[in-house]
Amino acid sequence: MDSVFIIEKSIIIVAVFALTMLMAMYSTWAERKVAAFLQDRVGPNRAGWGGLLQPLADGAKLFTKEEFFPNTPNKFLFILGPAIAMSTALITSAVIPWGDQIEVFGRKVALQATDIDVSILYIFGVLSIGVYGIMIGAWASNNKYSLMSAVRASSQMISYEVAMGLAMISILMMSGSLSLKDITVMQANDGWNIFYQPLAFLIFLICSFAETNRTPFDLAECESELIGGYHTEYSSMKMGFYLFAEYANMFISSTILAVVFLGGYHFPGMAWVNENWGINIGALLGFLTLFAKICFFIFFYMWVRWTIPRFRYDQLMHLGWKILIPLAVINIIITGIVMVLFN
Amino acid sequence: MLEIVFYILSAITLGTAFLTVVSKNAIHSAIYLVICFFALAGHYLLFNSQFLAIVHIIVYAGAIMVLLLFTLMLMNLDNDDETKKPLFAKLAAVFSAGILGLVLIAALRKAQPENIEYVNSGVDYQSIKVLGKVLLNEYQVPFEFASILLLVSMIGAVLISKKEEKI
Repeated sequence: MDSVFIIEKSIIIVAVFALTMLMAMYSTWAERKVAAFLQDRVGPNRAGWGGLLQPLADGAKLFTKEEFFPNTPNKFLFILGPAIAMSTALITSAVIPWGDQIEVFGRKVALQATDIDVSILYIFGVLSIGVYGIMIGAWASNNKYSLMSAVRASSQMISYEVAMGLAMISILMMSGSLSLKDITVMQANDGWNIFYQPLAFLIFLICSFAETNRTPFDLAECESELIGGYHTEYSSMKMGFYLFAEYANMFISSTILAVVFLGGYHFPGMAWVNENWGINIGALLGFLTLFAKICFFIFFYMWVRWTIPRFRYDQLMHLGWKILIPLAVINIIITGIVMVLFN
Repeated sequence: MLEIVFYILSAITLGTAFLTVVSKNAIHSAIYLVICFFALAGHYLLFNSQFLAIVHIIVYAGAIMVLLLFTLMLMNLDNDDETKKPLFAKLAAVFSAGILGLVLIAALRKAQPENIEYVNSGVDYQSIKVLGKVLLNEYQVPFEFASILLLVSMIGAVLISKKEEKI
């Protein structure tokens, strides 16, 4: 029984890993296509049908490029930076429920790597260590522009983590549990969180943009001021890791948004499908629903990137500390009052 | 199995703690300390206290050490900049740290954990629900004091930054 359990979990973990990598890969392609669409261009169309092989070509290019090491006394930390960035981008997916239970050979298998008691705190923990990848790598590059960029990136991430956590608290007040599975089940029963907590959703969405260092908050990569940002000194696949980690982060934060606010794998009529068509088809449809929601959020990230210009740094800090955090606190108070009045 | 994990974690904890003190480069020290914090979180996990482990990582590794690293990187400390401290100051520092450790150990030895009844009653006393109840029922006064302490330090920080603006 125990070995079956280990095999089952290993399959799920490998599948989630492969899915994250695949999504990150094709997000780079989608980014170019969306950019092209928004700017009335064609986009990549040479490698494969509609440019579908473009990510593979990019990967081959990055792998075969010369590996350049800057003049730095910290070669080990220089290599450690991208490794941390990539690892932290990949380990968040362990606590996400990808679907309801399925039945394989009479065994009920939950489509989730692990359902720990403190899932949400785990995600915040991983987010907070994600800063190290950027900071250590940039410091070890021995380059002032890289260091400035890392300082920007990390202060931005620390500032927005606060508002993100406060926005999450109002959700936790409603669910009474830190497990993402419980939050999804609660939404399946009572309706999606976005209808109850639109303000928390908005704050969380904005903070996600800041956490993943995407436009309009991509001050860490401000070309006109900072050359290439924290990965200025990086080349070949080490830079590829940084870029890849950004897309993997984007995928994971889209997933968290979908799970926490849009009901995760829940779709209207899920109970009916489970009853009449069997739970395997229900779980499959649920997974596809979650996937559609994730794709919508990834598209939204790109949509915003090619629509809204970059913020100035003081505007970014003003928004984070003086607008989002007070709003999140007010949201917590309102949630508490409403819960006391209506329960 | 668990014993082996414990020994590995202990070795990492003690080794990195030692390296934190010994290493010449301040940034390397900070990175060793981060690894030490992770190993400590692993010890908490061995006790099956997930909440404590994760919060330890968020607060210490994720927030405090990032800010510390931040300052260290911007100051760009060299060995030449460091002022040589007299032997007497070093001895005094070690002595006072030892005294503090003694007081802490004495306090912990005499302490009566309030959640002992939760442990005896057989509920999952590491779960967040029980932890929250213990914090806000049995330990409410220290809990509020801790929050007042944090508030005071926050107000102090704001006050200092405001004062500089006027000058």
